[in-house]
Amino acid sequence: MPKKKMIAMLLAGGQGSRLGVLTKSMAKPAVPFGGKYRIIDFPLSNCVNSDIDTVGVLTQYEPLALNAYLGSGQPWDLDRMNGGVFVLPPYVSGSSGRWYSGTANAIYQNIPFIDQYDPEYVLILSGDHIYKMDYSKMLAYHVKKKADATIAVLTVPMEEASRFGIMNTDGEGRILEFEEKPKEPKSNKASMGIYIFNWRILRPYLVADEDDKNSDHDFGKNIIPKLISSGAELYAWDFKGYWKDVGTLGSLWEANMDLLGSKPEFRLSDKEWRIYSKSPAMPPHYLGADSKVKNSIVSEGCVVYGEVEKSVLFTGAHIGKGAVVRDSIVMPNAVVGEGAVVSKAIIGEGAVISKGAVIGCEPTPEDGTYDTKLTGDITLVANTVTVPEGRRVPVGMIVK
Amino acid sequence: MENAFGLIYTGDASMQLRELTFSRSVAAVPFGGRYRTIDFMLSDLVNTGIYNVGIIAQKNYHSLMDHLESGKEWDLHRKRDGLFVLPPFVTHDNTGVYKGTVDAIRSCMGYIRRASQKYVILMGSHTIYNTTYNEMIAEHIASGADITIMYNRVGDYDMSEQFDDLRIAFDEDGRVTDLALNPVRPATEFASCDAFVMEKTTLEYLVEDAYAHALNDFTSDVLIKNVKNLNIRGWEFKGYVARINSLGSYYRHNMALLDKDVSKELFSSGHPIYTKIKDEFPASYVGEGQAVNSIVADGCMIEGRVENSVLFRGVHVAPGAVVRNSIIMQGSEIGENSSLDNMILDKNVTVGVERTLSGHGSYPVIIRKGSKV
Repeated sequence: MPKKKMIAMLLAGGQGSRLGVLTKSMAKPAVPFGGKYRIIDFPLSNCVNSDIDTVGVLTQYEPLALNAYLGSGQPWDLDRMNGGVFVLPPYVSGSSGRWYSGTANAIYQNIPFIDQYDPEYVLILSGDHIYKMDYSKMLAYHVKKKADATIAVLTVPMEEASRFGIMNTDGEGRILEFEEKPKEPKSNKASMGIYIFNWRILRPYLVADEDDKNSDHDFGKNIIPKLISSGAELYAWDFKGYWKDVGTLGSLWEANMDLLGSKPEFRLSDKEWRIYSKSPAMPPHYLGADSKVKNSIVSEGCVVYGEVEKSVLFTGAHIGKGAVVRDSIVMPNAVVGEGAVVSKAIIGEGAVISKGAVIGCEPTPEDGTYDTKLTGDITLVANTVTVPEGRRVPVGMIVK
Repeated sequence: MENAFGLIYTGDASMQLRELTFSRSVAAVPFGGRYRTIDFMLSDLVNTGIYNVGIIAQKNYHSLMDHLESGKEWDLHRKRDGLFVLPPFVTHDNTGVYKGTVDAIRSCMGYIRRASQKYVILMGSHTIYNTTYNEMIAEHIASGADITIMYNRVGDYDMSEQFDDLRIAFDEDGRVTDLALNPVRPATEFASCDAFVMEKTTLEYLVEDAYAHALNDFTSDVLIKNVKNLNIRGWEFKGYVARINSLGSYYRHNMALLDKDVSKELFSSGHPIYTKIKDEFPASYVGEGQAVNSIVADGCMIEGRVENSVLFRGVHVAPGAVVRNSIIMQGSEIGENSSLDNMILDKNVTVGVERTLSGHGSYPVIIRKGSKV
């Protein structure tokens, strides 16, 4: 097989348990985002736009939705004769075989896949972040610094630094120390979970790590610290721009809201850096004569007769007459029936909010106590659930 | 899979579509916010299970080729069969410009002979509907007809829009007894939908025979002349049919999509209409921007007001602008505080600030592709 300069390995095995019932039957990277996309469209489109044509997608949790979505890779121009997109699940070999036990182990188990391409560099990505990044710039930096590994870092507010993996660097950008969620951070350069390694360097470390019984087989916890302590050249590459970990319902909701407005926090209408996605072949959306859509984004196949404000309507969503949707995310093919009211909610794919139901209303004593640890003030209706006519669902409740 | 292939003739004269067809064939005319007319023919064929499609290009086919590319959006990039674009070419017995449909079909005899399917569906490119041909093919086979014509019932008709209007009369057995092209007083309400099923060998014979007799037009020289000799039958289509044969009908059929029942018929989810994907961001409504009773495609940014209109992909309506009863094609810009009523804006038209443009419902005004107002 022809040699590749750099290939990408996309870690898409995450269950995304903090997204609650949204990830009950699909892996986090398959979760819909931004009206017509799924989370995995972002790293995949970034790869293609950065001239990376070979991407291995490592899956193990509920892979059906993701596999079906990726198909031949055609929507991302990744249906290639030489390269393309490959779904790489864990497998049985001989009498042994096992699940991916950590990010490093997942790459370790796919060494033969990577070796086929004999790449100089391997780009490690995770499938749960929303951002636009030109990896070719990161690679240019990596090459210029003659680094063994380069980690993309984001400058975060100092008071939030203790939530991240923090890189302490010298003036040249060389990483001196890596601290996972430090109590007293010395820097505010947070790892974005995006790494470029010289494959020649990384490969033996993966093999050695596999033999280490005490290792968690994790890049952040094990591989990076070992590289630093053994004197490898690690550099931090500063990324400037929008980046969001959509691992929680709150951050998923916020990231969707960041798309609204004429000068949105996160602009996706950039013709030079398109985000590609699989098209469901639906007609343009229709707004009825009495509809009121304000400050929202609306996708193909939507039909709106009611009122929509500060919301994101995904492909094929239907908003009935007299219904009101505010500050909400309505996922693909969900239906909000006549007169229903939806406030600050996430309505899952294909869910039906029947006539007159109220989602996200003030709780009353009859609602009893329910867990809002995952939801906070966001109300969540699971995929394909039907909320019966007139039902009231209080703030922060999960309907499954 | 049906044992049939499709042959779409896109060389129709540009009729009364005026500026719409200055730089493109009828098949490439934008329709319904994100489509081109050819998308309907291709999707109908593919939804039928026909994956061998020849497209006879005649002139102005650059934008058509651009749109079709490899055919992958219609699942027609195939190793076996797939999409074949058949542009004219010069040979010792061909000047490169077709004298008519017979000549055009004859010049792609190579493709027709190679097709392994028994039946062919011959289609024009200005009649839009959403159907599958399975039932029509089955009926064609069962009835033993030489040719089966798809038709529908048309109501009152504006004669000024008459183009390629083939009216059909049947006897009580359903056999066609008369065909009349563009009759001044149509004797029947049955009009051809420009789709014909026949055996491939029938098409080969009829075209070679017509050519040998220096006849050029398939409709008038082959069909009409042979009504008595051939067993021609009809298959009635009961759904919505849009004949894009004048600027007026183009405007009306786009506006008809604002009717829920019409859009349901043309875009029924069981038979999706495929088109070229542009990967635009969904439409964004910002500030005071609003749209009512309108169709809006992805990539639009609405900051003004839109009423009773069809907006194609990537249209920007600036704050204070008002768009009413209009069709705005891909990539057009409507400047601040401008007002449009009963207009058709072709692709990439820029309307400056505080302009007022207005046509009439019965005579919409069209602004040519790429113009600046």
